[in-house]
Amino acid sequence: MEGNHSHGHELGFWRKYVFSQDHKVIGIQYGFTSLLFLLFGFTLMMIMRWQLAYPGQPIPIIGSWLGEDRAPQGIMLPEFYNQLGAMHGTIMVFLGIVPLAVGAFGNYVMPLQIGAPDMAFPKLNMMSYWVYFMGGVTMLTSFVMPGGAANSGWTSYPPLSDIATIGQTVWLIGMVFLITSSLLGSVNFIVTIIQLRAKGLTFMRLPFFVWAQFVTSFLLLLAFPPLEAAGVLQLMDRLAGTSFFLPSGLVVTGQPLNVSGGGSPLLWQHLFWFLAHPEVYVLILPAMGIVAEVIANNTRKPLWGYKSMVYAAIFLGFMSFIVWAHHMFMTGMGTIISTFFQTTTMIISIPSIIILTALFISLWGGSIRFTTPMLFALAFLPMFGIGGLTGLPLGLSATDIPLHDTYYVIGHFHYVVAPGTIFALFAGIYYWFPKLTGRKMNETLGRIHFFGSFVCMNAIFMPMFIVGLAGVSRRLWDGGAQYAHAQPVLHWNEFMSHGAWALGVFQIFFIVNLFWSIRKGKKVEENYWHATTLEWATPTPPPHGNFITPPEVFRPPYEYSVPGAKKDYTPQNQPMEA
Amino acid sequence: MEIPYTSKARPDTGLINAKLGIWLFLASEVMLFGALFSSYILLRVGAVEWPHHVLDVPLATVNTAVLITSSITMVMSWASLMMKEFKKYKIYMGATILLGFVFLTIKYFEYSHHFAIGEIPSKSTFFAIYFTMTGLHMLHVIGGMIVNSYFWGPGSKMWKTEPERFTNRIEVAGLYWHFVDLVWIFLFPVLYLL
Repeated sequence: MEGNHSHGHELGFWRKYVFSQDHKVIGIQYGFTSLLFLLFGFTLMMIMRWQLAYPGQPIPIIGSWLGEDRAPQGIMLPEFYNQLGAMHGTIMVFLGIVPLAVGAFGNYVMPLQIGAPDMAFPKLNMMSYWVYFMGGVTMLTSFVMPGGAANSGWTSYPPLSDIATIGQTVWLIGMVFLITSSLLGSVNFIVTIIQLRAKGLTFMRLPFFVWAQFVTSFLLLLAFPPLEAAGVLQLMDRLAGTSFFLPSGLVVTGQPLNVSGGGSPLLWQHLFWFLAHPEVYVLILPAMGIVAEVIANNTRKPLWGYKSMVYAAIFLGFMSFIVWAHHMFMTGMGTIISTFFQTTTMIISIPSIIILTALFISLWGGSIRFTTPMLFALAFLPMFGIGGLTGLPLGLSATDIPLHDTYYVIGHFHYVVAPGTIFALFAGIYYWFPKLTGRKMNETLGRIHFFGSFVCMNAIFMPMFIVGLAGVSRRLWDGGAQYAHAQPVLHWNEFMSHGAWALGVFQIFFIVNLFWSIRKGKKVEENYWHATTLEWATPTPPPHGNFITPPEVFRPPYEYSVPGAKKDYTPQNQPMEA
Repeated sequence: MEIPYTSKARPDTGLINAKLGIWLFLASEVMLFGALFSSYILLRVGAVEWPHHVLDVPLATVNTAVLITSSITMVMSWASLMMKEFKKYKIYMGATILLGFVFLTIKYFEYSHHFAIGEIPSKSTFFAIYFTMTGLHMLHVIGGMIVNSYFWGPGSKMWKTEPERFTNRIEVAGLYWHFVDLVWIFLFPVLYLL
């Protein structure tokens, strides 16, 4: 880029693309790595779905590659199914969605939207990516450990996880890397948002996406350390022979376990869910942020109720720290504690509903452009709605009892995360692609990707509610085939599996579209979507240091269709007319 | 490209980036040790019996004094820089690092005594939580000493080029060191006295 004098000397290949300190390169690194992990985690699920649909039959094509200790003659062993289950959850949440939503989008878009030259601590930013990368590699290597990968579920409940095979130790070490990475990242994000906002960019002028990242970072900062503590304690149990999570008198395969005892398996659950409930909001808040940007831009209207959305997001952040034990109604905590947590759980649904309602009302009277990102953003609203509403019976301690640990739970949180968050992330990719490349992604392929994914997602997850209400437990290796009460709903397993594989097929359209568009996509103008926020005020792609002159902000984030304005959008950095 | 507010405070927030960053980091550390203290309470409340008088209180008292003194010398090293007395800074910072070594040495004798008589982490829940918490605290002490040694040695070159920024760095390192000290102030009564 001509005119960019701050970019004094050219960096070498390694410094520019591999060990880069530029938030945009790091964002792209996060993006590609996490997309690969998403694909990998999804592949694990597609293998599991074979076993669920056709239990005991050899897996076609890849069955013979899996080896004798995983799938002899291509028939999946229960132990291997458990590994796949644990690793699918772990990889999707900690290596796929969070790094994509926060690491990639947050890193690339947030500094641009606040008019900053980079993140506040560029070296720390680079470190957080590489620590994440090492955590990912560690998780992958656990598959080749003796006894395979971690197999105690993504929640790693002891005492089972304490006495599980060595894959669990590797899982814990991987988690320590991932927690460290997100800690470095969240400190960086908060400092950047507070300190590096452009002149005139007050907090109430921040785009909602930045607010979402801000609250998310606080959740990561404060909720992850207890899991780190829990991870250290479980490592001690596994490596030093302590009994933090092992009660006295434990008998394993007929033999009393030779430990001091006196520990508490419930302690792990408390520490785990103290992280993992805020983690749910870490998954959903950035998605809401992306959807808010896309909806404001494609309805050509300011967001309805911007301020209430911001306050709701902050309130959501606070509340998310005091709802964790609603995952533990079945542990016998007692009715008083259960009542407390079910009350806070009902309260926390209010801010989510405020945000969702505000986004719905934003559509009212808009001149909606049905672009691919908008389609994904629009689909997010009812899908997240279903996910949220089906959560209410789980949040009440009485109705949770029959539903706990059934497929109903799986259906519920997948509606939040898969057609919810992942759709929002797709919306973000289609929406910001022209900013990264100066080209746009193909609309036709995008539409095929959208409609195919939309149908398939519902085909997979809607039947889970039916199966779950019939009482089928969530972690069964054969999908419930050996239980009498599961027989009437067993035929859904095949249907859901076909849905999952079809979903895989439709992702090919996305992958082809992504790589084809990087090189051959249609070239477009710099502010292609006619957006108001600051990321579109930089050259495309933005140079190192982002803005040619430091921007100044004069107005709120979504000045679309302002009466009397020359265009239907007024960028934030356009001065007020005298 | 220059990141703003690395040595001058941003006018509306009154902060430099690093100072805000370290406070946020310490907030997360509070959650880390907070989770461990909570675990301690939960395990102790659920325990049938809890051992008393098995740890060496006099040694730990000395160690408490050592760490508090090191916090004082840490402040003095920062104050010396504020008064532009680099030589004094070197002395005080050197003393801080040395006191860190004294703490670790005393801890080493404590640990090896316990190991020698078979009081290892797997012996009981008490020793498990004792070794985990003090061990994690020790890692924090070592981390702080590495940072302080860097600012005492090669990192101190910055004093000549950017004295203001260097002073800020010492202040930030000091905040961390005081936090590590504070954790011990909680660990001492909880593990040794109660």
